[in-house]
Amino acid sequence: MSATGQSGFRYIGKKRRTKEDPRFVTGRGRFVADIALPGMKHVALVTSPHAAARIKAIRTDKALALSGVQYVLTGAELCAGTEALLPGVDAPKVTRYPLAHGVVRYAGEWVAAVVADTRALAEDAAEKIEIDYEATEYVLDPEKSIAPGAPLVHPAHGSNVLYRRKFVWGPVEEDFARAEHKLALRVRWGRSATVPIETFGIAAQWDPGQQLLDVWASIQMPKYPDQIARALRLPGNAVRVHFDVDVGGSYGVKRGIKHTVLVGYLAKKLGMPVRLIEDRLENMRGGDMHGPDRIFDLQLAFDSDGTIRSLKIRALDDVGAYAGRSPLQLGKPVGAIVGPYQIHSVEYEPISVMTNKTAQEAVRGFGQSPTNYALESGIDAVARHLGMDRIALRKKNFIRKDQFPYLIPSGTSYDSGDYHAVLDKALAAADYPALVAARDAARKAGRLAGIGISSCLEPSGGNSSFEPLFNPKNETTTWMDSCLVRIDLSGAITGVMNTSSSGQGHETLVATVLGEVLERDPDTIRVVHADSLNALPSNSPVGSRMAIMLGGAAAGAARKIKATLLAIAAHNLHKDVAELEYHEGSVSVKGEPGQTLSWAQLVEIAHRKFHQMPPGLEPGLQAKFVWEVPTGGGLPTADGRIQMYPCFSFEAHVVLVEIDPETGQPKLARYACGHDCGVMISPDIVHGMTFGGIAHGIGAALYEKFAYSDNGQLESQSFMDYLIPSALEVPALTIADHCTPSPHTTFGQKGSGEAGYLGAPAAIACAVNDALAPLGASIAELPMTPLQIWTRMQLARAGN
Amino acid sequence: MSDERLYSVSIEVNGTLREAQVPARLTLVDFLRDTLRLTGTHAGCEHGICGACSVLLDGEPVRSCIMYAVQADGRKLTTIEGLAQPDGSPGALQDAFCEAHATQCGYCTPGMVIAAHALLEANPAPAEQEIREAIGGNLCRCTGYQQIVDAIKLAADRGSKGGL
Repeated sequence: MSATGQSGFRYIGKKRRTKEDPRFVTGRGRFVADIALPGMKHVALVTSPHAAARIKAIRTDKALALSGVQYVLTGAELCAGTEALLPGVDAPKVTRYPLAHGVVRYAGEWVAAVVADTRALAEDAAEKIEIDYEATEYVLDPEKSIAPGAPLVHPAHGSNVLYRRKFVWGPVEEDFARAEHKLALRVRWGRSATVPIETFGIAAQWDPGQQLLDVWASIQMPKYPDQIARALRLPGNAVRVHFDVDVGGSYGVKRGIKHTVLVGYLAKKLGMPVRLIEDRLENMRGGDMHGPDRIFDLQLAFDSDGTIRSLKIRALDDVGAYAGRSPLQLGKPVGAIVGPYQIHSVEYEPISVMTNKTAQEAVRGFGQSPTNYALESGIDAVARHLGMDRIALRKKNFIRKDQFPYLIPSGTSYDSGDYHAVLDKALAAADYPALVAARDAARKAGRLAGIGISSCLEPSGGNSSFEPLFNPKNETTTWMDSCLVRIDLSGAITGVMNTSSSGQGHETLVATVLGEVLERDPDTIRVVHADSLNALPSNSPVGSRMAIMLGGAAAGAARKIKATLLAIAAHNLHKDVAELEYHEGSVSVKGEPGQTLSWAQLVEIAHRKFHQMPPGLEPGLQAKFVWEVPTGGGLPTADGRIQMYPCFSFEAHVVLVEIDPETGQPKLARYACGHDCGVMISPDIVHGMTFGGIAHGIGAALYEKFAYSDNGQLESQSFMDYLIPSALEVPALTIADHCTPSPHTTFGQKGSGEAGYLGAPAAIACAVNDALAPLGASIAELPMTPLQIWTRMQLARAGN
Repeated sequence: MSDERLYSVSIEVNGTLREAQVPARLTLVDFLRDTLRLTGTHAGCEHGICGACSVLLDGEPVRSCIMYAVQADGRKLTTIEGLAQPDGSPGALQDAFCEAHATQCGYCTPGMVIAAHALLEANPAPAEQEIREAIGGNLCRCTGYQQIVDAIKLAADRGSKGGL
């Protein structure tokens, strides 16, 4: 741990227990499936067996005849009764409803919903629903999907392309013309996702007396209440989302808007509490939570000394049959399009295309990890081309620590960093010379072994700049978060946050920050989650933003409280505020410790003794703080330059992989990650998320794939086929911390919620290819499954 | 409601005899969660892979999602709630999970604690590889397992086995 910037705090950066853990380890979390509303009914879904078909008829009478069945809802009724869900880009004809109407666009799409007294009865009834389909043409390959004559997923849109634009930032052609070398490569990021262990769930209840829809959901979504209200044609204040539901993992995907519209509609229509808890099959096929599925074509222009001058990237992303914010996952990488490197100019052509597959949703990093994989693959290709050491090439092109703030060609200014130091720490943590020796010894013994390196950025702070960048009709530049702090009559502190949490430890974050500013023990501070009708504005924990935004909001509110306490003390001690000092909640006259008002006395005055309050101060002791993302608020230039996120964390991965020569099974023999996210508020939480991100990256690199058959059926729809790494695939992980404070944030913190995942796939891919290099083989596609590795080994050996 | 035939079950759960009339197809996880309202046991995949629903059946970890409640008739079950102190605060193994911050979202945690408890009962001083094998049937999406392994090592070092 570097002491730089991380010292000098009372509670921040210290080893402390989290507030959330005790309830989780004792089984006392409160997840959506734990919420039992009196008289609650249960939903099961009937799904499409076809990749594309016309729905000719739906017969529900046999289902409705079953005892305990309350209702069967189909798309015709739901589409008439709700507003369509629209994509984040300007494509108004690409509409989505929770249930298909007229046509189905992917296998697994929801066609009918059965409501019954129990989930088991609902499933029984779902099997009795008869649907006549007429299969139609479909398209599964994104390259074919953009070709002329392809079957259209949404014919009204007139094309399968949701978004396409070629950005040119800087003198790309000139730089290419001047460069001594050029190369091109294609890599593919496979369709995987975060796949939380808890599926998505929602329970809803309509109160006709209050005209109010109460919602409990496993949710991580910006502007969720507003979207529900709009789709259900309700005023915003007729929807109350309870954010005090523990979310069993999300990492981006728990958007659940179609689930909520469906269940909200049913609850209101039937006048009964209704819930839908996806089973694993519904989740994998029709939960609309697949991740990016991208083909990257890269061109790099560089000189013999390793200087990379310019870069061209074409990114073709298959978002599946519908879209919410998924096309925007091509937008966020604009803010770190050159990674940690000094690259003078960039051409970027994102293409978002629809196919007849399950829809894509936000996944950890919002498109950054695939882009990092592509960029790092390009760096490795340059090293191979020049015969240059991969580490030396990276170091040659890294932005130096004295160059910050550093403006990249696409208009974003990076805040701070020391990439050389962090890569060195990662190499030291991995014992790089020993790693090289181990690899070479394995090779000498006839085994396959390789070392992988990656270095990349985690944009953090989460604003919405990609929205106006990718959709000129969307002028959203506000992306605030908030905190309310109350000191009650007893002197106890309560922090109110305004969104749900899915494992990020926000209660600990807020308590630590409030404790730090007010100099009170965080263990005594309670943190609660407001519901959406009494919440201040929040944009939810996306984009690695909460340490920055919720932490900053909590600090801002606490500072207001502190200022109030000082004002009360100044009034009562007859001094100027400048003559006073604040210490652990009490206020004294500087140099006169006898002249002190204690925390309890100050609280008493604020709550009970208006006659002792300074004029103009409101009674009680509470403060709110709402703030915009630092550096945010701007619209893009005509050529698409924009300040994307405010803060840029950095990570460097070093991994040794050994491959079983008989089975192709890769084993990660050593894994180290150097990580700099500025000041860590809770090191245990940062490390935990980084470990988890690396494990998720191991899955994306080696195991996880939503594979489709040629007829559009999802082949990996259970955990027997969609392989999530276990403790046996994930090795012991070492993290080497570094701290370069951000100048834009309250304590110097940066974001870390996506850490590990952003660089792990690139590093592992690099290691596998290093291992295969002696055979003359390589793989340019994730996941590099054992079968794929084995196949390449056999082909290479046959070729030899 | 349904006219499904019901069967009597008598199961000792966390030291208390629980009797109920259940349909034959009611899974053990649904029995625990919906009938007994012991919601600490979580359903993750419902096909026996992820381990979130793990409970101890006569001391052995089993997946309650692929077992019927009627199959547990006459047996002894321990759930995550049963590993806590009588006042509901964390037991010794659970406390080690808190100390090492071995949870994030908390969804897989009960199954992990159950698997770890079974390991430490059988092997009070496990090696790291033994720990990884013991939790190898429990999937976690948050932690990368590192802090879970650390927690189990810590619990072993403290000589604790779960606080029952």
